Amino acid sequence: MAKRRSKRSQQVEHIVMIPVDWLEERSGLIGGLKYFLFRKVPAETNWFHTLGSATLTAFIVQLVTGVVLAMYYKPDPETAYASIQHITNDLTLGWLVRGMHRWGASVFIILLFLHMGRVFLFGAYKYPRELNWLIGVNILLLAMLEGFTGYLLPWDQTAYWATVVGININATAPIAGPFIAYLLRGGAEIGSDTLTRFYALHMLLIPGALIALITLHLYLVIRLGITPPPWTEAANSPEPDEDEPSRTGLVSPTPRGAVSKDRTGS
Amino acid sequence: MADEHDLPESGENGPESSHFPGPSIWPFAFALGVAVALVGLIISWPVAAVGGIIALVFGILWIREATRDMRAEPEPEAPRAAVVVEEEDEPDEHHYTRNVFLGAATLGIGAAIGAVVTLPVLGFAVAPAFVGQESDPVDVGPLDGYPEGQWMITKFNLVPDEAESVVARTAYIRNNGLMDDGQPSVTILSNRCVHLGCPVQPTGLTEETEEIETEAGTIERAPSAPSGFACPCHGGAYDLEGNRVAGPPVRALDRYSYSIVDGNLVLGQLFSVSEVNGTGAEAEMTTYKHQDPGTHVDGPEQLFYPYVP
Repeated sequence: MAKRRSKRSQQVEHIVMIPVDWLEERSGLIGGLKYFLFRKVPAETNWFHTLGSATLTAFIVQLVTGVVLAMYYKPDPETAYASIQHITNDLTLGWLVRGMHRWGASVFIILLFLHMGRVFLFGAYKYPRELNWLIGVNILLLAMLEGFTGYLLPWDQTAYWATVVGININATAPIAGPFIAYLLRGGAEIGSDTLTRFYALHMLLIPGALIALITLHLYLVIRLGITPPPWTEAANSPEPDEDEPSRTGLVSPTPRGAVSKDRTGS
Repeated sequence: MADEHDLPESGENGPESSHFPGPSIWPFAFALGVAVALVGLIISWPVAAVGGIIALVFGILWIREATRDMRAEPEPEAPRAAVVVEEEDEPDEHHYTRNVFLGAATLGIGAAIGAVVTLPVLGFAVAPAFVGQESDPVDVGPLDGYPEGQWMITKFNLVPDEAESVVARTAYIRNNGLMDDGQPSVTILSNRCVHLGCPVQPTGLTEETEEIETEAGTIERAPSAPSGFACPCHGGAYDLEGNRVAGPPVRALDRYSYSIVDGNLVLGQLFSVSEVNGTGAEAEMTTYKHQDPGTHVDGPEQLFYPYVP
């Protein structure tokens, strides 16, 4: 009985694996996914290490809700405010999706800063991860720019005057300031072109750049591995652990415990 | 590299036994002519004509050269072919290989195509923001409607047929009467704070609004008796000539230039003012090209803004 069942389960497994193997043979994607999901991480990871993926989740929420909002929003000075009212008050669940996008924007920025703080306090920006810190800083800047461009879109008094002030702050930058202001406004004054320009920046250019940078960011995270918390033994071991992925890549970091070992006295 | 030259194909296709036309510069010149002609079609007919002539001349030269064999004319460049053969016999390290040429050509052509595609798009993204930014004059009604010494809060649309939410403007207008030379003098302050662009408000009582129709559409006017102007955003305060009296603004309020056309007051371009001395018709000021709020027009800080679009 048991033998037959195991034979059947083998058959089932075989049938299930046919498409998977087909895909793996032609793309290597399954192997890549396995490498990504089952790569080794330091034993002493903790909840602070989830801030990065939390930020990524917040970004994906912004992407999805933003795409849906774009189906109803009209970036025209005559209709923008009315379309926002329509989304919020008339359309089924519009209030929820708009609220997710509106508040999710703040969540995204807050998580970015928390993640940044974790990386800073864990010393995870140090060699060989400096480049990933720089990429992360650019992600933060682009995220703030998303906030700035998105703020104008409701086209109410707050949006309009906040953008007037925001652009004029940019205009006070030495030498390049006035040109930045003209570029942002699309002219000498805020006009209908400003709204469409901000809309295009907000939903096409900056998200595209963000997706590219986040991809690069994740690639480096996987390539270089996760930094163990500074108080752990792994972080302070003078000898590189051969099994640790961060120590087996093409880049071979110097043992980070070289100095701190003496301090811990272990 | 040496192997390549030993291949039988390359020997058969060598310059001596080749039936292909010899190397020629004419196709490049022909292509240049076609390109100039196409650009000319867009920008001006004379350029198109010049391009056409270039294409025609070099096209004929090209055809003549390509058909030389058929017309049984002697090949004038026989010596060059001999030189090429010699080089192939003695390949050296500095030989400019086909590989290198193709690599460089791919990069070069790729860069050229990239530039042809990118530059106009970039230009379209940037240039419209800087070109033709002067606004049209706005007729705000007969000058008689602006009593001497009376401030009028005047609301108008900068452009008649655009959304009011982007073209609505407010100016504080005071008719100062006649100057010494008999010309009318009008003070027209823009209501945009020169700190960061919020709308400044008159600090005083405002009477009922009246609407008048002009060529520029509906103008709303309300007489007011302010003691100055103040900004709700960050507390900038100005006196009645627009001079800063408190808060963060860096210069006096911007003003509109004006003209009197058939007895009507017509607002022109905005200009910036560093400081106003004197009042009303006797006011003296240094004027500057209109600048964004927050930027200095005088003093050492003006060096931060050497170029203004």
